[in-house]
Amino acid sequence: MRYLPLTDADRSAMLAAIGAPSMDALFADVPPAAQVKGLFDLPRAMGEIEVERALAQLAAKNLPTGAAASFLGCGAYRHHIPAAVDHLIQRGEFLTSYTPYQPEISQGTLQMLFEFQTQVALITGMDVANASMYDGATACAEAVMMANRLTHRKKTILAGDLHPHYRDTTLTYARFAGFDIVARAPQPDTPENIAALVSEEVACVVVQNPGAFGHVHDLAPLAEACHKRGALLVVAVTEVISLGLIKSPGEMGADIVVAEGQSLGNALSFGGPYVGLFATRDKFVRQMPGRLAGETVDAEGRRGWVLTLSTREQHIRREKATSNICTNSGLCALAFTIHLALLGEAGFTRLAAINHARAIGVAEQVAAIPGIRLLTPTFFNEFTLRLPRPVAPVVDALAKRGVLAGVPASRLWPDAGLDDLLIVAVTELNTDEDAAALAEGLREVLR
Amino acid sequence: MSDWSKALGAFAPAGADSPTISGNRGLQIEEPLLFEQDMAGRSGVDLPPPPDVTDRLGALRRERPIGLPGLSEPQVVRHFTRLSQKNYAIDSGLYPLGSCTMKHNPRLNEKLARLPGFAELHPLQPPATVQGALELIDTLAHWLKVLTGMPALALSPAAGAHGELCGLMCIRAALDTRGESRKRVLVPESAHGTNPATAALAGFTVDPIPANERGRVDLAALKAKLGPDVAAIMITNPNTCGLFENEIIAIAEAIHGVGAYFYCDGANFNAIVGRVRPADLGIDCMHINLHKTFSTPHGGGGPGAGPVVLAASLAPFAPLPWIVHGREGFRLIEAAEGEARQALGRLKAFHGQMGMFVRALAYMMSHGADGLRQASADAVLNANYLLVRLDDVLTPSFPGPCMHEVLFDDRSLKDTGVTTLDLAKALIDEGYHPMTMYFPLVVHGAMLIEPTETESKETLDRFIAVMRGLVAKARRKESTAFHAAPQLTPRRRLDETAAARKPVLRWRPTVPPPSKAAE
Repeated sequence: MRYLPLTDADRSAMLAAIGAPSMDALFADVPPAAQVKGLFDLPRAMGEIEVERALAQLAAKNLPTGAAASFLGCGAYRHHIPAAVDHLIQRGEFLTSYTPYQPEISQGTLQMLFEFQTQVALITGMDVANASMYDGATACAEAVMMANRLTHRKKTILAGDLHPHYRDTTLTYARFAGFDIVARAPQPDTPENIAALVSEEVACVVVQNPGAFGHVHDLAPLAEACHKRGALLVVAVTEVISLGLIKSPGEMGADIVVAEGQSLGNALSFGGPYVGLFATRDKFVRQMPGRLAGETVDAEGRRGWVLTLSTREQHIRREKATSNICTNSGLCALAFTIHLALLGEAGFTRLAAINHARAIGVAEQVAAIPGIRLLTPTFFNEFTLRLPRPVAPVVDALAKRGVLAGVPASRLWPDAGLDDLLIVAVTELNTDEDAAALAEGLREVLR
Repeated sequence: MSDWSKALGAFAPAGADSPTISGNRGLQIEEPLLFEQDMAGRSGVDLPPPPDVTDRLGALRRERPIGLPGLSEPQVVRHFTRLSQKNYAIDSGLYPLGSCTMKHNPRLNEKLARLPGFAELHPLQPPATVQGALELIDTLAHWLKVLTGMPALALSPAAGAHGELCGLMCIRAALDTRGESRKRVLVPESAHGTNPATAALAGFTVDPIPANERGRVDLAALKAKLGPDVAAIMITNPNTCGLFENEIIAIAEAIHGVGAYFYCDGANFNAIVGRVRPADLGIDCMHINLHKTFSTPHGGGGPGAGPVVLAASLAPFAPLPWIVHGREGFRLIEAAEGEARQALGRLKAFHGQMGMFVRALAYMMSHGADGLRQASADAVLNANYLLVRLDDVLTPSFPGPCMHEVLFDDRSLKDTGVTTLDLAKALIDEGYHPMTMYFPLVVHGAMLIEPTETESKETLDRFIAVMRGLVAKARRKESTAFHAAPQLTPRRRLDETAAARKPVLRWRPTVPPPSKAAE
């Protein structure tokens, strides 16, 4: 087996050194009844050629977004990833290292995390960010738990246009923790007045911006209402590219910002692995979940980096930790950081502007089709259309023509009466031909 | 380039101590932060100007600059290449971190995860367009179910700790269904910190169980703790002392006897895969760290993947989504209804760590049933070889044989003035990543060494020679050299106390930008 360096001669010599008669003797502590003697009923070892062939056959049964005109979004977005990103994250020193527990030989990862934390703080408009969470949805759940710890209150309000996976993940985490979660029903047509619901019992309000249907929200009045009653405002962002063009959540008064960072540097990969962003105010840092890289000096007085404030974490605090998270999304965070480093201020803001402009173009084109109505007067790169009939079969029909037209709202909100809504995302990768294919497809299918 | 010279000052305080002017030391090149290399107008990406449109942002267009630095592509490539060169990695050498299973990461797996047919799939595509992806996940689930003997798999957990949460929440849900509000979870003192943290997160109270003098769960002490309020036990097997819990079947019977569940932390599955099925030990659920046992790269701290295998009693509660096979191929169940009506909700967005699933399946197929059985045996053999070659200079905490990792404590360093930490830092200068230090907590000055099966005998022999040499050096009372170690690394020992006392967690400009100053 190509990954196993020991030869039979090595094994014999080592067993002799140990004084064990056989390999099986090393497993003497395993109860005999639980020892499997023969081989499991699974295929035998394969060479690279066979494995590659088998998995390539599975891959070929899928329709990659790159081979279609794809307008899928709703928390995962197809963006261009500069070639340098994937090259750099595959350097073995990044790819095959562990969590940086020995800082003297992990300065590369630690400095990168410090840069990641700074980038996240800058784009969200917050003071401080951690070294990543699993994804946006788990970051959202952790933010709600943090708000409960900070306020000693148990009630949380989730906006109706929070991504349903973020809502559901938060509900799952809260289910056994004794939190009271008020998850509002989606109202794609009318603005939601959450500010009126904030009382002295509320730990936090969670809103998404842009909302799951696409609306761009001014959060400043809600932040004020929250702060007046001692509640925290948690803002979720599923499309981080929007932060290049829209006023940051920090600027609008957010106390905690959580986001899905996949759009920068990370492939769609059927939903994972992604990278959760988590940012907050300086004063709340000791209640944050997750790892933090910090600046310090070494024995010679030179600047260096370490993991810090770890007394919040499970390996020190055990059952009193702020979270149970250990492994996070290090390599995805690296991809994010490299992509954003390449973009820089000029590239990031321009990329956001291109996304917005292209989305406006597509929205105008499809909204002109008879029977289709644009439901979101404001949006960034994702908008919602109302079709004159149930959307799911329309999407399936278009998929057969190589057009991934968007996400039917009914897939995310089943049984909510949103069967006629289609959520369409447009990025810099969508061409004019893609837009024409979408418009033509919708026109024909709806005829 | 004034920012650069400023940064250089921070790196290398000029003076007689510095062997070079630049602060660089040959291949160890100092590298400022991205933010210290900013030059307005530079970008590493060429994008066309955006079409001219009237925006649809309401009045919410960003007006202030973000403050991101501008760098060209060559600068960015050089920056991250230099950073990478400050890291130790499996690709560079032995990485014997106990409990972390740092084995070789095959590059075939990287290649396959990047096939457009996997990497370019959107999680919300119509299921008819992703049948191959669903089949891949189903195949991976089949392998894991056969290897563990368990009938069901929860695929979505993103890492080991997330898998623990999944398992304990399934147990809570099962207890709720039985109308029982058991609150106590038993956790051995030697457990990973994630175990008690997870139990607390799932709303349980944690009750520690002591180890016996053989490093295993004290069965009598465990039985004394049992009662009708016990919800579950969380045991790592092989345990964090590198030992198989030889009374595990009796433990399972005792736990089941009071109506509680048996959670197994599968972090150490690498020792027994292909030889022991957790189901045969009485385990009700167990997470599997694909980034340990099945070699998906650890990436400097993730991403991982922690799917959970479940006994029939817990399977109905597996979190969404479920993948099922029907007449029209594979489909996803994404709502708690029908056969999934008792499912926990979601544990994360979408369907799990697909990129890790591809890599793990490629790893399993490469090994096959025969190779997996050989791999676990070689992992155990390598650890036992280290044990016998070092047991006269280091003190094993418990008699062998061990499983895939070997635990020493610091009794052998008594009166030398050298601690476990010092020995670890000296190993760094010798070109090795240290073993896990001070864990598990049940022995003094723990050194937990896990070589894995992908290390050759020659590598182990060299490591053994170095370790023996270091202990001899410590016994010669040369502790001063140990206290100064490491000396040959990009950085010497770092001041962690200062970092925590006054946390600096992000870069800030020394002069605030004008827009901020105007606030």
